[in-house]
Amino acid sequence: MRRHKKAIHPDKNKKKQTADNRLRPWAIAVWLAVWELASLYIGQEILLVSPVSVLRRLAALAVQPDFWSSIAFSFFRIIGGFFLASLCGTLLASLSAAFRFVRDLLAPAMAVIKAIPVASFIILVLIWVPSRNLSVVISFLMVLPVIYTNVLGGILSTDRKLLEMAQVFRIPLFRRIRYIYLSQLLPYLRTGFSLSLGLCWKAGVAAEVIGIPKGSIGEKLYEAKVYLETPDLFSWTLVIVLISVIFEKLFLRFIDHTVTLIEKM
Amino acid sequence: MPADIQITALSKSYRDKKVLDSLTLTLKAGSTTALMAPSGAGKTTLLRILMGLETPDSGTILGLENKRISAVFQEDRLCGNLSPISNIRLAAGTHFPRRTITDALQAAGILSCASQPVRELSGGQRRRVALLRALLAPYDLLLLDEPFKGLDTQTRLQVITYTQTALQTAAQNSSSPKTVLLVTHSPEEASLLASQTLSLP
Repeated sequence: MRRHKKAIHPDKNKKKQTADNRLRPWAIAVWLAVWELASLYIGQEILLVSPVSVLRRLAALAVQPDFWSSIAFSFFRIIGGFFLASLCGTLLASLSAAFRFVRDLLAPAMAVIKAIPVASFIILVLIWVPSRNLSVVISFLMVLPVIYTNVLGGILSTDRKLLEMAQVFRIPLFRRIRYIYLSQLLPYLRTGFSLSLGLCWKAGVAAEVIGIPKGSIGEKLYEAKVYLETPDLFSWTLVIVLISVIFEKLFLRFIDHTVTLIEKM
Repeated sequence: MPADIQITALSKSYRDKKVLDSLTLTLKAGSTTALMAPSGAGKTTLLRILMGLETPDSGTILGLENKRISAVFQEDRLCGNLSPISNIRLAAGTHFPRRTITDALQAAGILSCASQPVRELSGGQRRRVALLRALLAPYDLLLLDEPFKGLDTQTRLQVITYTQTALQTAAQNSSSPKTVLLVTHSPEEASLLASQTLSLP
């Protein structure tokens, strides 16, 4: 079945709006200049390091042996939690959409997970699991309610008229899921993934800074704080932002591509 | 001999408004019946009851058992992200011959947009896709709710001609009778397609 990439944005105006929100190189340049000038004005790298120093420090860190292993350590745990939560969130949302009592049962649990501060979760989970796996659990807990809420919202807002059409034509369930639900769910999934990917990196690294698992990005940030290594702090922050953004872009592209393939008829 | 569809004393109300009041009619097996009535007389409600999407308050319908239903709804009800070919295959079956679909699209004058997502098509083009989907899907009972709505005069005649041919072909190529109920406001459409015309009060 042919499906078109444009379908990711069912509303053309929405697409235009998204395009308008893109970062402009000139705006980035202005903010970098402001940062550089502020750093020059303060004149103390320990308070505000300059962007040039950050890049220089990042280049130095990148050739150190534990740089990439720290990235791998945190990446696999945080993204592992993300995938696990995406799977569970989608399954639970499907069950909730099908059975009202499951939705009622899960509503307080999801509300509690959403409301509890991440720091409380981190301290609590540290009692239960070793610190090296802390970021998996925290990432999972941050992503689960977001994916659950989005997928449930997507399923419940599926066009009833299309479902009636499918009922009249006796379209089998698998084909309904593939061509009707999936298509309607995609924008909700994209929003859920996009939101939760940002969240899981923030919360996952915060968990590592508190739990200080050996060989993690969180440990590096903690050390930067203890030794007042501001260039290190900024460099690792830049690394986290880059990994988060690159992974999000690649993952969403993969999702779009996969849905296109699934819907081919 | 296959059974006719017998509707007896069918009533349906929404809140306090009576939409169908003791409607009784028979759709002869293998015939095309046109149903004409002013707006709000309950035509669409009758079709929805026949489709199994609404339950009547009272009355009976006999002869619908095990009948495969195909329909043009009041709205087009197409999957906007999918092409006309995919929309038709969704109802007709994933292995439905592409050639048959493209021939139908050509006859309806929309072959040029065969691979475009239907949300990019005009209202008239989408209406024709909805009609082709109904005609190409397997059915024993075909329900058409103003299927030529929104088409210009020339296109409407072209599509009516194609519909006539498609209904005849379907009837000839099938061992089971194909019953058609056409809801329309146009006496011309009724006379061109139907063997009997009924009016709702």
